[in-house]
Amino acid sequence: MTQHIVVIGAGMASGRMLEHLFDAGADVHVTLFGAEPRGNYNRIMLSPVLSGEKTFEEIVTHDSDWYAAHGVTTRFGEHITAVDPVAKTVATGQGPLSYDKLVIATGSDPFIIPVPGKDLPGVMAYRDLDDVERMKSYAAKPGAKAVVIGGGLLGLEAAAGLKAQGMDVTVIHLAGHLMERQLDPAAGYLLKRELELRGIKVLLEANTAELRGTDHVEAVLLKDGRVIEADMVCMAVGIRPATALGTACGIACERGIIVDDQMRTVDPDILAIGECVQHQGQIFGLVAPLYDQAKVAAKTLMGEEAAFTPPMVSTKLKVTGVDLFSAGDFADGDDREEIVFRDAARGVYKRLILAQDRIIGIVMYGDTADGPWFLQKLKDGEDISEGRDTLIFGQNYAGGAPLDPMAAVAALPDEAEICGCNGVSKAIILAAIAGGAGSLAEVTAKTKASTSCGSCAGLTAQVVALGLGDDFVIPAEAGMCGCTDHSHEDVRRLIVADGMKSIPEVMQKLHWTSSGGCAKCRPALNYYLLCAWPEEYADHAQSRFINERVHANIQKDGTYSVVPRMWGGITTPDELRAIANAADKYNVPTVKVTGGQRIDLLGVKKEDLPSMWADLNAAGMVSGHAYAKGLRTVKTCVGTDHCRFGTQDSTGLGIKIEKALWGAWSPHKFKLAVSGCPRNCAEATCKDFGVVCVAEGYQLHVGGAAGMEVKATQLMCTVATEEEAIEYCAAFYQLYREGARYLDRPWKWIDRVGLDHIIEKVVEDADSRTALAARFFHSQKYFQTDPWAERAGGKDAHEFTPLADLTQVAAE
Amino acid sequence: MTRFIDIGHLDDIPTEGARVVKTPLGCVAVFRTAQDEVFAIDDRCPHKGGPLSNGIQHGRSVTCPLHNWVISLESGMVEGMDEGQVATWPVEVRGGRILMDVARLDQAMAAE
Ligand code: SRM
Ligand SMILES: Cc1cc2nc3c(=O)[nH]c(=O)nc-3n(C[C@H](O)[C@H](O)[C@H](O)COP(=O)(O)OP(=O)(O)OC[C@H]3O[C@@H](n4cnc5c(N)ncnc54)[C@H](O)[C@@H]3O)c2cc1C
Ligand code: SF4
Ligand code: FES
Repeated sequence: MTQHIVVIGAGMASGRMLEHLFDAGADVHVTLFGAEPRGNYNRIMLSPVLSGEKTFEEIVTHDSDWYAAHGVTTRFGEHITAVDPVAKTVATGQGPLSYDKLVIATGSDPFIIPVPGKDLPGVMAYRDLDDVERMKSYAAKPGAKAVVIGGGLLGLEAAAGLKAQGMDVTVIHLAGHLMERQLDPAAGYLLKRELELRGIKVLLEANTAELRGTDHVEAVLLKDGRVIEADMVCMAVGIRPATALGTACGIACERGIIVDDQMRTVDPDILAIGECVQHQGQIFGLVAPLYDQAKVAAKTLMGEEAAFTPPMVSTKLKVTGVDLFSAGDFADGDDREEIVFRDAARGVYKRLILAQDRIIGIVMYGDTADGPWFLQKLKDGEDISEGRDTLIFGQNYAGGAPLDPMAAVAALPDEAEICGCNGVSKAIILAAIAGGAGSLAEVTAKTKASTSCGSCAGLTAQVVALGLGDDFVIPAEAGMCGCTDHSHEDVRRLIVADGMKSIPEVMQKLHWTSSGGCAKCRPALNYYLLCAWPEEYADHAQSRFINERVHANIQKDGTYSVVPRMWGGITTPDELRAIANAADKYNVPTVKVTGGQRIDLLGVKKEDLPSMWADLNAAGMVSGHAYAKGLRTVKTCVGTDHCRFGTQDSTGLGIKIEKALWGAWSPHKFKLAVSGCPRNCAEATCKDFGVVCVAEGYQLHVGGAAGMEVKATQLMCTVATEEEAIEYCAAFYQLYREGARYLDRPWKWIDRVGLDHIIEKVVEDADSRTALAARFFHSQKYFQTDPWAERAGGKDAHEFTPLADLTQVAAE
Repeated sequence: MTRFIDIGHLDDIPTEGARVVKTPLGCVAVFRTAQDEVFAIDDRCPHKGGPLSNGIQHGRSVTCPLHNWVISLESGMVEGMDEGQVATWPVEVRGGRILMDVARLDQAMAAE
């Protein structure tokens, strides 16, 4: 008979349990209650949502279709406060609902420090999407100040996210160093320094006394009298298991709801999982053990044998660019020894804590590649006395000679943990492959490895390569995508060497494993071909992302945005009038000044694009390629024309460069700026190519960016004349166009090939420079045409008009 | 019951491309594959409503332009780790003309 299972709490633990139940084909009907007005999502990825690196949609684990497909009745937005274990009913807003089995998965509640002012508006916790949205709403105000109370895992992720949102952030932490539960003071210091470099202020040994404000929080007062101004305060000082419901229905609770190895509470028909439980005196705050609990609970519900044993967990901080790893016990003690490695220049710190020749604790900062290898030894209680001398150098040095990375993966024992979040070991991945999974994608779909926080993606790929053995020739570099094992570099080389001229030809000759490629490799191949054969290759529109196919940026509602070029940021009253007229004529909802010194018309209907472009063309404007993996903008400052510090005509040079470079396609977008003096008002030193004018000429800087990663440029050379600046610029651009992987910005490519290579080819070797520039200008003959004019003239008309209109076809 | 309507010629759609058919139930995306097969599915991604006709087509699948979900043109099912489905529309190619079954439209209009 179908069991009716009522689940309270739609969080990470219950979501995983439902997956196990349905995967096993359990004969159950589930009613799922959740206090949040939404279903299950990957809570641990809220931090990338806060920082803007991910959208909420990307972290949803189960959507309405999934619930529908599995017959789950969802009751989101309902907070359950009472259960009657005798009648076996749950009290709901619509009256009592009976259950055969009840699963409590209510997670935990953020702890709020009981100080005066804690209830003021503007004070929040960090637990769910509403908190994230609340925090983001404060970030909208320019220069807004955020105070994060708590320098643990959660607090620091919040601080980094708020900083990424542009806020002025201060972290207040009670202990003497950050993340004291996971890090020792040395690693805590490195972390603090890193955060401070990013502009986050960190106050240690700071004890909150009071939150001040009249009808909104305005400041935090510390016990030592310091006052820190705040537009918002996020408290991330710890969590308490949410036991209220357990207590209310009379089942045994201490710190958490007490469960046995089968995840049953004292009432055999009530199970509990997740952060709300207490198992053998222990409570939980990371997902790995909860996933194990979810698996056990699913088995218990199906009447199968299973027992939960808490796994050893390790910690990582999900702040992009910060690498730390910790596990086990790292307190000092008389019976303990330690091995420490430091590389101050690189900011690397590694410490192993040993007791009786066994690793009992690990703290790593800056380079955490060997974390899983050490963790495995810790879990196994392995005697390390033999390789002790080289132990700290990690796996590559174990046994003397450095091993290649695949050998290292091969040497891992079967139980070695690959994905900590999902508890996926090497053996599980290999079993998935033995069970028929034939690609990385299939393995991750089956095992969930690398699908939660994603930090193990590289390692997962290596194990898959190992498991697929001869069927998967291990490439020196990872394959471009799932359709080929050839690396980007190999494909580029082979296209030129073999004279391949079309996408089907490349796919055929290089043994693509899919018939038509995928959305990753097709745009890359299209670019590689057009870069190699500018005069011959016919651009393949269907292999371009929509933006480059219709020459405008798609918006989230399917409309488009239009950005005309404004050479060097200079415009005229006539151009502005034409833009205003177009905005009126096509009912443009938003007109915005972009970060690239020009104007964006947002929200244009697709079918209006060609005629709007015709209007803009008529006023002398062309596409700004704001959508292109190609030449974007050349920002300038006012220079000698107006500025009292200007040393050269930065505006004029910027315009000349933009006129020379526009229309070019490249592996990723390419942005430039020209500043008139080292005050650098055009921000030239965070551009792909930046010119800083000085009295003796032009400094040429390369490899900057200010997107997901902020990179300052490196100085390539200084030249004396404008002509040289333009030639060097074209040569650099061409070297990048010919050498980089698709979707690598110049800085990434320079990281790979080294600045010396660039200097040699562009600066030192004059023949090479001339040849590069010549190839660039040759290619420009074919690409310097305004794509808007072409489309206004009728090209690709099918893109902008429907095939048929059946809105008038009435029923017969 | 079926009712096929002529919506255009095969060559009106570029190979590996798509066009839109407007209907009272919203837009339908009509795809032509490299092998000249034709498929029609609702032009709304089950994720956040992305216009699938604007995606990159590969094999018998399309990648949504907004967040890269991959949808099977044959079944309308979302592929890979994501879950969901788009409604499909029966289509046939006869003598180069594309015919689409609009019975669903008739039902919807009759229900009004
Ligand atoms: C319109 C604009 C924002 C604004 O209102 O100011 C903008 C809008 C978008 N940017 Fe940007 N970026 C704009 C200036 C910038 C800047 C500032 C600048 O250029 O000085 C940056 C940081 C500088 C840099 O690139 O190094 C910037 C870094 C990014 C990134 C991150 C790139 C990176 O390497 O990490 C992306 C994502 C990508 O390209 O993959 C991106 C992508 C996007 C996309 C295309 C997102 C997308 O794929 O749909 C946005 C299109 C919105 C739309 O529908 O129109 N945008 N974007 C700016 C257009 C400038 C222009 O006139 O062309
Ligand atoms: C920002 C952030 C980052 C994190 N990062 C990591 C990380 O990197 N690695 C890691 O391992 N862990 C991380 N965690 C911890 C991890 O998210 C939790 O361990 C996990 O979500 C707990 O799962 P759960 O199912 O027990 O509870 P939850 O996921 O919290 O789900 C419980 C749900 O039950 C609902 N609920 C509560 N009471 C009731 C009621 N009475 N009626 C109805 N519904 C109710 C709640 O609203 C909630 O939606 C992070 C947590 C946060 C907040
Ligand atoms: S315009 Fe740029 S920063 Fe703004 S939301 Fe879009 S991608 Fe992000
Ligand atoms: S709308 Fe299609 S993937 Fe998000």
